[in-house]
Amino acid sequence: MSAREEILGRIRRAVRDAPEVEIPRDYRTSVPVDDPVGLFAERVDDYRAVVHVLPAAEVPAKVAELVRGRRMIVPDGLPDEWTGGAAGGAELSGADGVVTGCAVAIAETGTIVLDAGPGQGTRAQTLVPDYHLCVVRADQVVASVPEAVARLDPVRPLTWISGPSATSDIELNRVEGVHGPRTLEVIVSI
Amino acid sequence: MRVALFITCVNDTLFPGTGKAVVSLLRRLGCEVDFPAAQTCCGQMHVNTGYRADGVRLARHFTEVFSGYDAVVAPSGSCAAMVREQYPKLVRPGSRGAAAVAEVAPKVYELSEFLVDVLKVEDVGAYFPHRVTYHPTCHSLRGLRLGDRPARLLSRVRGLELVPLPAADECCGFGGTFAVKNPAVSAAMGADKVRNVLGTGVEVLCAADNSCLMHLGGTLDRQKAGVRVMHLAEILATTEATG
Amino acid sequence: MSGTFLGMPGNFPKNAEKAVQNSQLRFNLRKATHTIRGKRASVVAELPDWKELRAAAKAVKDETLRHLDRYLVQLEEAVTRAGGHVHWARDAAEANRIVTGLVQATGESEVVKVKSMATQEIGLNEALAEHGITAYETDLAELIVQLGDDFPSHILVPAIHRNRAEIREIFLEKMPETPDGLSDEPAALAEAARLHLRERFLRSKVAISGANFMIAETGTLVVLESEGNGRMCLTLPETLISVVGIEKLLPSWRDLEIFLQLLPRSSTGERMNPYTSMWTGATEGQEFHLVLLDNGRTDVLADEVGRQALRCIRCSACLNVCPVYERTGGHAYGSVYPGPIGAILTPQLRGMGSELDASLPYASSLCGACFDVCPVAIDIPEVLVDLRAKAPHGAAERAGMRVAGWVLGDEARLAKAQRLASRVRGLVPRRLPGPLSAWTDTRDLPEIPEESFRDWWERHERP
Ligand code: SF4
Repeated sequence: MSAREEILGRIRRAVRDAPEVEIPRDYRTSVPVDDPVGLFAERVDDYRAVVHVLPAAEVPAKVAELVRGRRMIVPDGLPDEWTGGAAGGAELSGADGVVTGCAVAIAETGTIVLDAGPGQGTRAQTLVPDYHLCVVRADQVVASVPEAVARLDPVRPLTWISGPSATSDIELNRVEGVHGPRTLEVIVSI
Repeated sequence: MRVALFITCVNDTLFPGTGKAVVSLLRRLGCEVDFPAAQTCCGQMHVNTGYRADGVRLARHFTEVFSGYDAVVAPSGSCAAMVREQYPKLVRPGSRGAAAVAEVAPKVYELSEFLVDVLKVEDVGAYFPHRVTYHPTCHSLRGLRLGDRPARLLSRVRGLELVPLPAADECCGFGGTFAVKNPAVSAAMGADKVRNVLGTGVEVLCAADNSCLMHLGGTLDRQKAGVRVMHLAEILATTEATG
Repeated sequence: MSGTFLGMPGNFPKNAEKAVQNSQLRFNLRKATHTIRGKRASVVAELPDWKELRAAAKAVKDETLRHLDRYLVQLEEAVTRAGGHVHWARDAAEANRIVTGLVQATGESEVVKVKSMATQEIGLNEALAEHGITAYETDLAELIVQLGDDFPSHILVPAIHRNRAEIREIFLEKMPETPDGLSDEPAALAEAARLHLRERFLRSKVAISGANFMIAETGTLVVLESEGNGRMCLTLPETLISVVGIEKLLPSWRDLEIFLQLLPRSSTGERMNPYTSMWTGATEGQEFHLVLLDNGRTDVLADEVGRQALRCIRCSACLNVCPVYERTGGHAYGSVYPGPIGAILTPQLRGMGSELDASLPYASSLCGACFDVCPVAIDIPEVLVDLRAKAPHGAAERAGMRVAGWVLGDEARLAKAQRLASRVRGLVPRRLPGPLSAWTDTRDLPEIPEESFRDWWERHERP
């Protein structure tokens, strides 16, 4: 018998008399938040990431200021006004930073989610450079995790990012900066 | 109200003073107290040590002895939790045993629960002019969820100064046969608990379980720490006349 | 190379006795567990629906286990459709054989690894080493354990027993490129690890991971992590091999909305962990293999009481809150799964044939703190008590418990025993002999009263 058949057979025997289960979903699937952008900014800041909340018109200048002097990766499909005039096209190993958009952002947890869509780059592009600048549109901010899950497509490769790379492995104290980008900067465009 | 006292085997054998205190306290509050003489032990030690068949026999005996009372009061959070929480898991659903458990178990109360929830008193008229800290034993805290009932009772005792115990919710390390099966860990946990007790500068350590107090009191005595242990019932039973 | 726990001698009480005397270990553990307890409590308190999330998580896991066969087949189809390859492993040896073969087929002799309990459980690193393949752990704590030739002692933070000064020593000794001036600041230590692994990440062709969740409906795998080493391993190498226990399944994509709230808050005490990666099948040109591991899980599944242990999402909240774990550390449990969950999982996965495994169900005071914090509501005390009933008992203990049961079985016998005790009360020595010396070594005995309560009642109160 193949391992597959044997394991499936063992499972069937094991659960033969197990009761059926009802799943109570009484938890919050949407959370009323007065100011999702404000909450998002506050929570991102808690991770010691840098956050700017700016009117859309001011975003291009801010991006330009932040990317000046850095060798940036500019992923395909990033709106022109978010490139900050960076030439882009930096090699993965030689890049200092990357600027991206995102698929969705979560206020309650201060999370941004990338789904490798237009303007978000490949997973490696947002990982290897030491600086990640992410521009979030206000309408991409949802209040809670369930609302984010509902908006995402699992078939795409997803990366959920909550603050810069960190570790709690030394005395269970969080320190920022291990293998992923050590600086995460987020601009919320309102 | 007519209540049955479930003294518990440990109190019966080693701490009769606690039983006497419960009797005088409940009578003072107007209850008629009955002591069903056929009672022995709830079976906790056997069940929790892995001797389920013996435990089940004792549980059956318990449900027979205490059937028919309005309320059964036990001066032990641990034994009350055994009956209420664990008995239902020991019986086969639909069996005669299950019916007996369903009849008796919900009527079993730990002392502070009985006072606060059933008799609806918090001021029991006690007088105890001493500095006291309270250790909420695990089965009282996480099994029965007694919450602040004991503290409410103690804070209404005249003359009593209740000092909060740091890290109160941590286990003292007794754990029944754990105390002898894992003596090193049990002693280490007891030492930490005792250190916290001594840090409060109290005269008396109080709890609703004499088994935990036996472990902590034994540790305190060995250290000649000068802090005595008292069951909640003993403090609540003390009045200006008796104290 | 870190060792394997299998066949470790001794028993829990003996291991624990040694551990509690190690003041450095006690200090490190106390500090770490108390830090994390506080953090967990505050982020859990933030969610007003924690109770509901917990109830939902418990039910989702139970429902998954009830139909595990169906969901596994569904997962296999989805992963295959997305270009991945699915392998099934009955036990550790079979899983190790499969992974070794897959690595050999790439022609590589080095792999990078993301921290994974399943691969530790099966001793994968050791099995690969036997075939000349070197596995490099990339998680900081795993790296500390691996470099220090040590055993993991915690599910989430395997080097929790080490403090910053000890970690610095290990790095200086085992990482040649580390400058002598390395400080013991956590940030400096993390930086040293970053430099040590950087090149290896960019060079490696094969990575091995586990997964926190697998979604049956979509074939998606989910890995939560903090450092970015997971992202490095999951995205950069050409071949990715994930070894995952069959119980790590969730039926639908939507179920993640529950578990992505429960897990980070329970484990590192954060609202969300820094990085979560989700991928479905072969992604961005990668070759992807999924090895589904049984290794005793179906035996656990067959146990009506014990099967709830398979709900575990390895958050480690139960370890962090456990008063026994806090004082003994993880090594005393002799298993990659220490603490309360280890005390119920190890004896079920390995059986209770060894002295060590038979002692694990007793490694608890049944204080219930673990059950309280468990995000999937595993009633660990209930399973412990159930396992105790199945554990082998020594002859002396059996005899003692039989006598106790006989005496307690009847009030007349109990009264007689009490009177006997009262009569000899003056003769009880301060230190008891035999197994009961375990009590009197550190504690005084209570005084035996002149009269039991029942005799007092009989004399005074009987109407
Ligand atoms: S048993 Fe519960 S608390 Fe412990 S690791 Fe598993 S999920 Fe977490």
